[in-house]
Amino acid sequence: MLSAATVHIATPAFDWHAFAPDLVLVATMVVVLVADLLLPDRESWRTSSIAAVGLLGALVPIATLVHSGHDRNLFNGAYVVDHYALALKAFFIIATYITVLLSVDYIREGDYYKGEFYFLLLVSTFGMSIMASSRDLISLFVALETISIPTFVLATFRKHDRASNEAGVKYYLIGVLSSALMLYGMSLIYGVTGATKLSDIAAYMSQHGTVPLVAVAMFLSLVGFAFKVSAVPFHFWAPDTYEGAPTPVTAFLSVASKAGGFVALINIVYFGFFLPNGRAADSWWPVLWVLAALSMTLGNLVALRQTNIVRMLAYSSVAQGGFMLVPFAAAGIAGADGHPGKAAAAMSAVVIYLLIYGAMNLGAFAVVIAVARRTRSAEISSYDGLWEIAPGLAVVMGIFLASLAGVPFFAGWFAKFVMFRAIIDAGTGWAIALGIIAAVNSVIAFFYYARPIRAMIFHAPTTEDRTPIVIPQPLFAAIALTVSVVVVVGIYPQVFARVGELAF
Amino acid sequence: MNWFDSWALTLVVFIPAIGAVILMLIPREQEDAIKEVTLFTTLATLGFTIGTLIKFDYGRTSTLQFSVDKNWIDVINSHYHVAVDGISLPMLALSSFITVLCVIYSWNHFPEPHNPKAFLILLLILEVGMNGTFVAQDLILFFIFFEIVLLPMFFMIGVWGGPNREYASIKFFLFTLFGSALMLLSFLALYFKVDVPGVGHTFDMVLLSKAAGAGLVHSTQLLIFGGLFIGFAIKVPMFPFHTWLPDAHTEAPTVGSVLLAAILLKLGTYGFIRIALPILPEAAKSWAPWIGLLSVIGIIYGALGCLAQTDMKRLIAFSSVAHMGFVMLGISTLTTFGINAAIFGMVAHGLITGMLFFIAGSVQHNYGTRELSRLGGLLKQAPKMGWILGFCAMASLGLPGLAGFWGEFPAVLSTFNPGGDLSQPLFRTYMVIAAIGTVLAAGYLLWMLQKVAFGTPKPEFADAHIHDVTTYEWTAWVPILLLIVALGIFPNIIFRVTDDAVACQTAAPFVSKTTVPISPSVKCPASPLAAQTTAKVSGR
Repeated sequence: MLSAATVHIATPAFDWHAFAPDLVLVATMVVVLVADLLLPDRESWRTSSIAAVGLLGALVPIATLVHSGHDRNLFNGAYVVDHYALALKAFFIIATYITVLLSVDYIREGDYYKGEFYFLLLVSTFGMSIMASSRDLISLFVALETISIPTFVLATFRKHDRASNEAGVKYYLIGVLSSALMLYGMSLIYGVTGATKLSDIAAYMSQHGTVPLVAVAMFLSLVGFAFKVSAVPFHFWAPDTYEGAPTPVTAFLSVASKAGGFVALINIVYFGFFLPNGRAADSWWPVLWVLAALSMTLGNLVALRQTNIVRMLAYSSVAQGGFMLVPFAAAGIAGADGHPGKAAAAMSAVVIYLLIYGAMNLGAFAVVIAVARRTRSAEISSYDGLWEIAPGLAVVMGIFLASLAGVPFFAGWFAKFVMFRAIIDAGTGWAIALGIIAAVNSVIAFFYYARPIRAMIFHAPTTEDRTPIVIPQPLFAAIALTVSVVVVVGIYPQVFARVGELAF
Repeated sequence: MNWFDSWALTLVVFIPAIGAVILMLIPREQEDAIKEVTLFTTLATLGFTIGTLIKFDYGRTSTLQFSVDKNWIDVINSHYHVAVDGISLPMLALSSFITVLCVIYSWNHFPEPHNPKAFLILLLILEVGMNGTFVAQDLILFFIFFEIVLLPMFFMIGVWGGPNREYASIKFFLFTLFGSALMLLSFLALYFKVDVPGVGHTFDMVLLSKAAGAGLVHSTQLLIFGGLFIGFAIKVPMFPFHTWLPDAHTEAPTVGSVLLAAILLKLGTYGFIRIALPILPEAAKSWAPWIGLLSVIGIIYGALGCLAQTDMKRLIAFSSVAHMGFVMLGISTLTTFGINAAIFGMVAHGLITGMLFFIAGSVQHNYGTRELSRLGGLLKQAPKMGWILGFCAMASLGLPGLAGFWGEFPAVLSTFNPGGDLSQPLFRTYMVIAAIGTVLAAGYLLWMLQKVAFGTPKPEFADAHIHDVTTYEWTAWVPILLLIVALGIFPNIIFRVTDDAVACQTAAPFVSKTTVPISPSVKCPASPLAAQTTAKVSGR
């Protein structure tokens, strides 16, 4: 018999405004699914328009929330809607919107399930949106799985293609393994601290320091996240999956889904293991230091050997992930050194890097898709002489690649800059060493980013065919959007810098 | 502050960028329009540079003038701070001057695959980077401009270059990128480690120079200087980092070689004078003997390298290694005298070696080869070009009365009495070695002259129709030749401008008891009244 006196279930106050972006996404998901049922098969591509409108619609409540100005803590601080969360929600939604633009013609022209494609994309985005706000181990985990599970299916979307099937299965198995490790780590954390809310865990840690079991738990959950963000040595699924999956899905995986993993990492590392004073950072920064150094170096060295541009971009995204891990290590070093302020700056460097990386990588994939419409190939050699066939496309691709390499005046330089800034700010010998590794790597990186550039501009076309490449409107819009972000942010980084400063 | 003072430098930097945007809008077929717009753009840029030359207050050369300081990226505390003083002014003038001549020279000389539109757009972007580097007074701004020159030059070599262009272009890019990555780390370290009194952390070069590394442990200074050193030394290039240069020069199209030699190399030496020495004087003292050592190795190695070459352009490229060795030797003495000589050497080398590359380009254009063993008798077939080559060879080997002399001779002389308590015997040893280098320089230049210009044409070219200097070539070359003579006869044109600035900004921390001040009448801004009495430079 329940005792009415002791069990008291309070209904938490529900802030509809705070949930509005997520609710718009859910509504769009439902509409897409229903529309796909009702529309005849040849009309079902219209679901892409619904998805696109829904995504843009979700930006409206984000704008009103930004305008309303104050942070909203829901469920005792387990779900937070602050400027940091809003900025990332907006980023995820825009990144998905660009993915939809990339997909429209690709999916319409291929033999694919159309409605389901956009539905899965939206579910994953919904997970990301939740992720940005999660400050609790359980919702963090649920959000991460909501991001991942649809992408397992999306990776196999070229259903008659064995490579695509392999891509999906590999991704699925690795995903499950990493979830298991992470969950095990989380359960240990709960066992020791008795809390799932990140702020409670942080409070425990600052009081008791890092007990050995927590160090093990942290290690396990960090390894789990390392799989998600494809950090070396947990990266081996990424190239096969990227190459096998449909190219728009690859773009989505390498940007939005990867960013989801990074946001999870920011949340758990910074809000859970770090705050309020960073003393516990000693036990986890070496892990991230090693992951960062390995990812940068190995990702780059293997990328040097690639002849397929999608595989090259896959390894490049492993390396870029390494660059994004650098500020984590910097934050840990600074925190352990007793400088929480520096750590906060380092975390905002991660966010800035993520946003810029998103724009330039999506742009590069957009061009890959545009070129593949003509050549039906992703070999770097198929870019030979693109400059003569489609000078505009060649220049834009050059801009994206130069930006990824970190050449000014394109946005990538600022991303690299804030990364270097964070690590030099931390200032210890270990930090400087990582900085030098990063510097050397950014030079190696240029070598392979330059290869498509050289193919496009220095080589003569291999075919006599000079018909121009027809770029469908949505793809054109995606390219225009990303290239303008890359150029504007590159010249006046102040516009992006504000976004990264919101949270920490 | 009037309109001109606050806008001149910004315009000098960004007019080429505007020109590049306009060029992008002109269809590729309208080549004449493209060339005219480019010429107009570079002339307008030069016009504003001349405007600054005229309005520059030569009584206060050590003070930054035409200064603009606006917030640019608040979040990292970086400013859009541009200004010129006596050190940057000659370099800025050289840069905008040479660019115009390059446009004129390339008028009908576009190398394969032609495409003047793309070529000239790259040229203009290059000018943005070059002019910008010489006026930037903020480390981040400096870094950005320093990097901007990379891509255009990469494409210039890679698209319009010789047979081995791909290798050369990527080698050029990777070397420089490596240097600038370490340089950026050093800039950031300067930002975080140096606490400028009353200001705190800053990227401002002026403020950092004033702080002069205050509060930095010596070992940290050495490390940061090391990063700067690698960044700048690769660009110069100094001895062990020079291997990209011969390849890049040999493969680059003529205009690319000229700009590379005349301007891009100077970004490195300028960085030493403007950033490394004044901001980290203590580390500079410890590094100077090593810099001096690498310089003299460069002088001898470059000269010997020249003697081993079979390609005219490659020979001139190696001579750059030697000449930049003299420049760096002057800098490594840490004396006003030596650094003045270095700046003079930079301008002189820019003019003379630029000119030599022009001639090498025209020889290649006429003969279709630069192989020294196949050339000969230029004086017979194209006497004017032959004489110009002879003239430039003389200027390059440091003949008194021509510009080269004033870069080389004072640099060697300054090693007699190095500043900053550096070891005299060591630097006097360097002096002897450098002096031997000047003899070798005469050797290889005369050898090249003999191979190319003297004798009779080889049978394969005996009946070839060789164009002597064309109108476009005259237009591009005469101003350089006149300047080589003018600077040779009146070296004070430059020394008057640089002297105070160098004495007050770069060399001031190194004045030691043992140094005999060679320019005793230094007027630093600390005594503004004294500065007013400085004699105005004649003829301006």
